[in-house]
Amino acid sequence: MSVSVQIEDFDISQEIGTLKAVRTDIGAVVTFTGLVRDMGGGQPVSAMELEHWPGMTEQALEEIETQARQRWSLKATRIVHRYGALKPGDQIVLVIAASPHRGAAFEAAEFMMDFLKTRAPFWKKETTPQGARWVDARDADDTAQARWDQP
Amino acid sequence: MKVLYFAWLRERIGTGSEEVETNASTVAKLVAELTSREDRYAAAFADMSAVRVAVDQTMTDIDASLTGAAEVAFFPPMTGG
Repeated sequence: MSVSVQIEDFDISQEIGTLKAVRTDIGAVVTFTGLVRDMGGGQPVSAMELEHWPGMTEQALEEIETQARQRWSLKATRIVHRYGALKPGDQIVLVIAASPHRGAAFEAAEFMMDFLKTRAPFWKKETTPQGARWVDARDADDTAQARWDQP
Repeated sequence: MKVLYFAWLRERIGTGSEEVETNASTVAKLVAELTSREDRYAAAFADMSAVRVAVDQTMTDIDASLTGAAEVAFFPPMTGG
């Protein structure tokens, strides 16, 4: 279980390798990678700036990991989130969930991503031909997160 | 009290962090006080439905008490992931 908030890119193979190196009770590894799209709000996007809250962000990501591990039987979790200047095609976020069987890993990875969207203190600013603009939060992301509250 | 601003609130107010001398007892009163001080605060806090609040790094709302609080943060809804 660990989180990283960093400017640098990440290597998925290396991250999975690190998880596998220390244990052999993992039967399923699910990874999600988020990328910068070249379109946003119907406009071409040429660059993205990701702002975050230093000191608070790590704590928020750890809380999300902790909640996932309370809900599912996971052997390992990992969240890497980048900040700073990014461009279309760049990797933004990595979520890994590892469990003995695939069901828990699939669900936990989706859970962590849904919470990241609404509970991690990041703000995206996109550069478009009309200038730079802050990305609005999407109602769909709130809905996606809220469904985990259902009994 | 330390006050933090993120994203477009930081841009409109012109700083990400500042020390504010205040006796405001709630977040709402602090917002009203800042808004009356300068236009840049009025511009940032014009639509509070678009602003989220954390007191001492815990998400809360505009009616939260500031008694004993060391830090208040204002920011738009988060867009991580």
